[in-house]
Amino acid sequence: MQRIGVFVCWCGSNIAATVDVEKVAQVLAKEPGVVFSTDYQYMCSEAGQNLIIDAIKEHGLTGVVICSCSPRMHEATFRKTVQKAGLNPYMLEIANIREQCSWIHKDKEQATEKAVILGRAAIAKVHLNAPLTAGQSPVTKRALVIGGGIAGIQTALDIADAGFAVDIVEKKPTIGGKMTQIDKTFPTLDCAACILTPKMVDAAQNENIDIFAYAEVEKVQGFVGNFTVTIRKKARYVNPDLCTGCGLCTEKCPQKKAPNEFNLGLDNRRAIYIPFAQAVPKIATIDADYCTMLKTGKCGVCSKVCTAGAIDYKQQDELVTREYGAIVVATGFEPINVEPYGEFAYKQSPDVVTSLEFERLMNAAGPTGGTLLRPSDKTHPHTLVFVQCVGSRCDGDTRGKSYCSKICCMYTAKHAMLCREKYPDTEVYVFYIDVRTPGKNFDEFYRRAVEEYGVHYIKGMVGKVVPENGKLKVQASDLLENRQLHIDADMVVLAAAIEPDKSARPLATMLTASMDTNDFFTEAHPKLRPVESPTAGIFLSGACQGPKDIPETVAQASAAAAKVIGLLAKDHMTCNPCVARPDELMCNGCSACEKVCPYGAIHYEDKEFRGPNRTMLLRRVAQVNPAVCQGCGACTVACPSGAMDLLGFSNQQIMAEVDAICK
Amino acid sequence: MEQKKMSEKIREITGINPRKCMKCGKCSATCPAYEEMEYHPHQFVAMIERDAIEELMESKAIWNCLSCMACVERCPRGVEPGKLVEAARQLVTRQQGGNYLLPDDIPARLDGDLPQQALVSALRKFTR
Amino acid sequence: MQVNESWKPTIVAFCCNWCSYAGADLSGTNRLNYPANVKIIRIPCSCRLNPMFILRAFQRGADGVILCGCHPGDCHYTTGNYYARRRMTLLFSLLDYLGIEKERTRVEWVSAAEGAKFAAVMNDFVATVTALGENKRLEDLRCKQD
Repeated sequence: MQRIGVFVCWCGSNIAATVDVEKVAQVLAKEPGVVFSTDYQYMCSEAGQNLIIDAIKEHGLTGVVICSCSPRMHEATFRKTVQKAGLNPYMLEIANIREQCSWIHKDKEQATEKAVILGRAAIAKVHLNAPLTAGQSPVTKRALVIGGGIAGIQTALDIADAGFAVDIVEKKPTIGGKMTQIDKTFPTLDCAACILTPKMVDAAQNENIDIFAYAEVEKVQGFVGNFTVTIRKKARYVNPDLCTGCGLCTEKCPQKKAPNEFNLGLDNRRAIYIPFAQAVPKIATIDADYCTMLKTGKCGVCSKVCTAGAIDYKQQDELVTREYGAIVVATGFEPINVEPYGEFAYKQSPDVVTSLEFERLMNAAGPTGGTLLRPSDKTHPHTLVFVQCVGSRCDGDTRGKSYCSKICCMYTAKHAMLCREKYPDTEVYVFYIDVRTPGKNFDEFYRRAVEEYGVHYIKGMVGKVVPENGKLKVQASDLLENRQLHIDADMVVLAAAIEPDKSARPLATMLTASMDTNDFFTEAHPKLRPVESPTAGIFLSGACQGPKDIPETVAQASAAAAKVIGLLAKDHMTCNPCVARPDELMCNGCSACEKVCPYGAIHYEDKEFRGPNRTMLLRRVAQVNPAVCQGCGACTVACPSGAMDLLGFSNQQIMAEVDAICK
Repeated sequence: MEQKKMSEKIREITGINPRKCMKCGKCSATCPAYEEMEYHPHQFVAMIERDAIEELMESKAIWNCLSCMACVERCPRGVEPGKLVEAARQLVTRQQGGNYLLPDDIPARLDGDLPQQALVSALRKFTR
Repeated sequence: MQVNESWKPTIVAFCCNWCSYAGADLSGTNRLNYPANVKIIRIPCSCRLNPMFILRAFQRGADGVILCGCHPGDCHYTTGNYYARRRMTLLFSLLDYLGIEKERTRVEWVSAAEGAKFAAVMNDFVATVTALGENKRLEDLRCKQD
């Protein structure tokens, strides 16, 4: 019989306000096996933890039940506490009487009754707990960063600086991500390329960093410390070891009609291309969708002009398999497609552009060489209308994204300001719902746009845009003046909402990392563990976790790197001791468990067992590798003879909980 | 109290929650009859929210609304101010009790140039 | 059937540690109410739910059993919820055959971010089971006495 101690936490008034904690402690004291029961204001405080330690020592407790907040919150804390008192940390059970009781029920009597039942279930379970010892598994000292934007680059650089090997996998032909397309950065207005490209070069030159550009993650296996990842290196049709990046092929290629994705399709590029001058790695890539040679077999101009002999039309995708200890997701964002918002006439008029397109139109390396020209007739625009919150802050189910995209207020202020600075003859209108500029020097920046640069900020929304006689007729409301405005604009710029990159969803499935309803990766704890995924060994960097500007992205990237370094610095990982264990005497060797195991943790061995009349029987029985088993329990249910059980969540333990609840 | 009841009635008829409004003004931006109304679509929502039903019901605006439903279509939050106007009209006509327009009178008043939508809207406005 | 106003069903909810259990915590954090007769048992994955546990619950007098797991494709262990889905489909039709109404058993996918959904599901499930009344079909009276 266990000697069990029950500790009921008040959590200040969080629990005590709706649950009669004293009564819970009194009632639970009468449960079989309970030798000590008490309540205290804050069990997780040092004094509370000391109370537990003292009680364990004084009453010789063998099992501990703590009625408190969710085990997701403080299970680890209390495990350490009981360990300090000399108990096995797995002799602890937590009854969740805060999140799943006091916070959701208003009636004190009902809540108290439920708390007692939850406590009873925990006591019933702890009766059957057995000491568990965590095994250890080695840690592969290499990290994988998925996505080579500013987030991925920063994370990789930080990890590499700490002396660990890092691989970056980037699906585009070059690293750099969205930041390469940006002209200037707020609120300092320094040139994005000038601060980003040195980092790209650093990453390329760092001995510890391997860059797989134009590659995608194909398959992920394993678990924290021991991931095995298959990477698909897509065929560039150019031998990367031979290509010097001279760019001659990109000038001679006769196929000029491929849309240039770097300029968001605002101009065209050749079928063989280097995305931009500072690309890393600076290697040409053939676009198989447009290359005449690959499509019809007749052309071969690039091959003829290439002095290095790097062109290889027969190149195939290549699969690389590598081992990693940690994986960082840095897949970033995409602006949404604004075509469904028909009122803004994005599809009808080329002069209605998204903000990222506007960024290219203002960029010296962009399609217009940095001169702001209307895409339709290449004339200088005089009146510009900026529309904020296009697709952001909408009714999430029917109209767009329910969240605020966070960066639009600032980049719109930047665009408006740059526009007025460069072309003082322009009139610039910004239609806003709210101007949200929290951040260092952000509001000052916005005020400068209004006060120094004379940007017209109007509280209201644009209702419709109609292209007419080369102008864009903009109908909008001015809520503060309570009037409707009609503006003849030359250009309309839409601050499109941002959404996670399309590759994020399938990647999350591969990584078994969870996502929210908007496909942003969820963090292990929204406040206290913001750069870790709930899945151990997976870390989050940048906008894949939520909308972020560059400084925030870089901060989070470095934070993720610090977490990865902390993990890779260990030689061994402590495994989860709650793993499957077969009862060899009951196992009949049917292989049902082996088939359902997603980790391949189960294999079979022939073992000798003592039979009747001093005979020895050779039987085939299941064996579980505790370092590989993740403790899902699929095998325990598949086992027809009931031989397989899960430590920490055994059949008997769960049945005991069921019994306690249904009593 | 009476005002509050009617405001609740309107919320019930339309199924609209004015608290969802984030006051972006897209409804008023999109409204083609804006200049004809003394109150504008975004104000209708605010008026329902503060239960200022009488003001709304006495306004000319609810009769000048074309019922084009552009505001319903464009509202990013799904508040749908156009439906509020429809409901306010219904309340007025119900209160007055009588039909403004008898079905038999309609053919005589028909104008061939009248858009179908305006006709439907007129029927909603002037009949019970 | 005679409806007893004060009668409250006993509901056992099995929740996956990675999604629904966290979802239940979130509905607590957001103070979203659901009836107190829902008692949650934490399991590492929906695939840990042995059909035995459900039978045991009904045997011990539970009136409804609900399993909450990760959305298909989102299982922390890659495939666990698919196993759970298949097993439960089979079990529920067996229970139906035994005379336990289909409405007393349910599988729902609730992610860690869906606190509101968790509360809504529980409210709905409790209402459904309350309307069905007490479950006596599998109840083992011998178990009741101890």
